[in-house]
Amino acid sequence: MSLAAQTHGFLTPTGVEIAFLLVGLVTFGAALVTVTTRQLVHAALWLVVALGGLAVEYLLLTAEFIAWVQVLIYVGSVVVLLLFGLMLTKAPIGRSPDADSGNRWAALTVAVAAATALVWVVVDAFRATWIDLDGAAAGSTKVTGASLFQNWVLPFEALSVLLLAALVGAIVLSRRAKATAAASSAAADAPGGRPAEEGVR
Amino acid sequence: MHLVYPAVLSALLFCTGLYGVLARRNAILVLMSVELMLNAVNLNLVAFDVWLSKTATETLHSGQALTLFTIAIAAAEIGIGLAIVLAVYRDRGTSDIDRLRDSAEGPGDDPGPGDAAAAQDTEKAEATT
Repeated sequence: MSLAAQTHGFLTPTGVEIAFLLVGLVTFGAALVTVTTRQLVHAALWLVVALGGLAVEYLLLTAEFIAWVQVLIYVGSVVVLLLFGLMLTKAPIGRSPDADSGNRWAALTVAVAAATALVWVVVDAFRATWIDLDGAAAGSTKVTGASLFQNWVLPFEALSVLLLAALVGAIVLSRRAKATAAASSAAADAPGGRPAEEGVR
Repeated sequence: MHLVYPAVLSALLFCTGLYGVLARRNAILVLMSVELMLNAVNLNLVAFDVWLSKTATETLHSGQALTLFTIAIAAAEIGIGLAIVLAVYRDRGTSDIDRLRDSAEGPGDDPGPGDAAAAQDTEKAEATT
């Protein structure tokens, strides 16, 4: 590593590093807004910025395939799913003052302590390590596909079974409420039953 | 590129997600924060995989393969999580996780024996159907 340290300067960042830093600042800022804003729909939209910024970071790290998978799955489907969830639970469109719970100062303390410890350890461990981004891309579609279907076939197939299980599970979970509507209305007749109390609310 | 840049960014994103999970009250916002934490892990995996693919002679590209698996599992997780949140919302009329305290054991919020028994009955009825 001493040889690598001689060829790289600590205080002379390359263009890729500057681009990574700027996109990283945008990503981190968008993530901060996502977890602090009081408008629920805005949180989902800022999550798009954070996830898109991460896709650009993957491109800068020459992991092209992962970057496009990130755009397709996260920005394309997960955020849309979250927005559907917000709409279906009748989230307020304007500012909702109770978006944060009462333990936000404890949460802030835990997060800042964890960030300090992690950044300290990571900087201390990898301050003399450089990624070599020259040459062929490390994550082009050809390389990723070859390694995925040569060395990772069995986990890949197991993953497809997991996706099927998740699909079936989601269908079962959404059907359950309709099937138990009769049962819960019957339970509401019991004295002090919870469904009757919830119906008022 | 210095390896510290992606590593520090991923640590900061992880802690942002940690704050969101602990401080948010709406269940869907908690799911968003979980997504942020998963993405921080993904960035770490990709950065270290790119570093290792140039320094090591023999590599399985395990970081990128595991990133793809993480993305797929996160998609499954968000589907199941939203299905659970919607089921809870239909049942209780709220997705506020501070109010879902049926299984809480504390001195202040004792729901009373009759109420708890009725809640258990409905849970049993839901489990059997």
